[in-house]
Amino acid sequence: MLLSSLTLICGSAEFKSFSMEDHPLPPTYSEVQEKTISPEKAEEAKLKARYPNLGNKPGGSDLLRKRLQKGQKYFDSGDYNMAKAKIKNKQLPTAAPEKTEITGDHIPTPQDLPQRKPSLVASKLAG
Amino acid sequence: RMCPGGDMQWCFSQVKGAIDDDVAEADIISTVEFNHTGELLATGDKGGRVVIFQQEIENKNQPQFRSEYNVYSTFQSHEPEFDYLKSLEIEEKINKIRWLPQKNAAQFLLSTNDKTIKLWKISERDKRPEGYNLKEEDGRYKDPNTITSLRVPVLKPMDLMVEASPRRVFANAHTYHINSVSVNSDNETYLSADDLRINLWHLEITDRSFNIVDIKPANMEELTEVITAAEFHPHQCNTFVYSSSKGTIRLCDMRVSALCDKHSKLFEEPEDPSNRSFFSEIISSISDVKFSHNGRYMMTRDYLSVKIWDLNMENRPVETYQVHEYLRSKLCSLYENDCIFDKFECCWNGNDSVVMTGSYNNFFRMFDRGHRRDVTLEASRENSKPMQVLKPRKVCTGGKRKKDEISVDSLDFNKKILHTAWHPQDNIIAVATTNNLYIFQDKVN
Repeated sequence: MLLSSLTLICGSAEFKSFSMEDHPLPPTYSEVQEKTISPEKAEEAKLKARYPNLGNKPGGSDLLRKRLQKGQKYFDSGDYNMAKAKIKNKQLPTAAPEKTEITGDHIPTPQDLPQRKPSLVASKLAG
Repeated sequence: RMCPGGDMQWCFSQVKGAIDDDVAEADIISTVEFNHTGELLATGDKGGRVVIFQQEIENKNQPQFRSEYNVYSTFQSHEPEFDYLKSLEIEEKINKIRWLPQKNAAQFLLSTNDKTIKLWKISERDKRPEGYNLKEEDGRYKDPNTITSLRVPVLKPMDLMVEASPRRVFANAHTYHINSVSVNSDNETYLSADDLRINLWHLEITDRSFNIVDIKPANMEELTEVITAAEFHPHQCNTFVYSSSKGTIRLCDMRVSALCDKHSKLFEEPEDPSNRSFFSEIISSISDVKFSHNGRYMMTRDYLSVKIWDLNMENRPVETYQVHEYLRSKLCSLYENDCIFDKFECCWNGNDSVVMTGSYNNFFRMFDRGHRRDVTLEASRENSKPMQVLKPRKVCTGGKRKKDEISVDSLDFNKKILHTAWHPQDNIIAVATTNNLYIFQDKVN
């Protein structure tokens, strides 16, 4: 940018042979940083672009607490009873749901969860 | 039969499990472990089942012996539970199996799910008593009036029966999810570790356990790291290590104090702060820690690398091996599909000269420490002809893909090898894909 404005000001024959292609400006320090951005930082920029609300502390307590809470089905007994009540209301017009069906929108209750496997299904590794 | 690193040529030996692509959740293999002699190989799965294979050797005395692992015993170790008080579903998935050194005719192993550790006794029965006084051969009781003489029952041979029975149940000691168990070299105690605490048990006592590490903060909002793995030193019964989600390893000495919250050594590699990114902490989380057999080193596995640490040097590892560095430019997608949280294990060979770990696309990697060589191999049904030599695989990271190379974008991230095990003495390895167990053998054993 600087060189082209110099050319305008001087405009003399001395500068005519000097072209930007022959003598490009050396990259500035910040340009160097951008070009050699680490792949990790590039990936981070990608993620932040997709999820702008993502917090800055990834390994922090949110992530860890999610890990510690694995398996938690209900927040408390109130939550559990409300879920049970919802099921009761849902169940009235239709037939009783399959006892073995735990997936999908059927919220399991402790009574539904398999307490004991009725028959041992052998591992296929032993087949 | 200790084999130097040398030129290993890995051949397919066996594969166990179903061929069909439709994998039932219960069949997902969650742990693989050889016993101390390598004669037995145990697997645990998500369905709470344990399968034990026993080695049968042909031409035992010849250098090029063939061995085969066949089913020895299988049993249901854990079942799903529901903790009503905490409203918590407890998976039956077997997180770890650890064998006890053999003391008598029976074999013992510890298997654990998220909450409960069990000691299983596996014993053989090849004789049975015959000639009871009060019972018929089929078990029915005789009419006492018909009994006129007395005889001593005799032990007669019978077809081998292998029985597994739970001898101890170590329950109710972990609030969080158990990630490790490790048997002490004293063969009397063992440790179990969950996300925030480590407990010490005596193998004979189930109603009591000592807490030896507790990193739970008073205020859970201040939680910054969790325990990811723990292991006892192979020879020093007072020493154990535990790794964290922040990439640190703490070595503790139980002689120093009853509660080992204060570490004796802290192993951490300094990080260049200018390289720090959103992913730094996540990929530095250690998924596995294993002492070398000689007890002088330990190996850690984080998302992208394997590091070997000299126990006498805390400030940096002595060796670092890149498992799949090409994934560094894929971290965004790997975070979105949760693969970045995959927990890969690692293992040493018998003489600590080679280390092995798994990767994606059913690839696994070996690093020969002495010869400074590494290789990528694949566990696949396509390379499963008897004694077929495995061809090294290569991932193309950019530019022109050569023939036989696979590009990073073609890797199947659902095919993960998280669990591998190396025979304690010989070059025989067990590699678990999602639901199959592959056994490979070095051509010249």
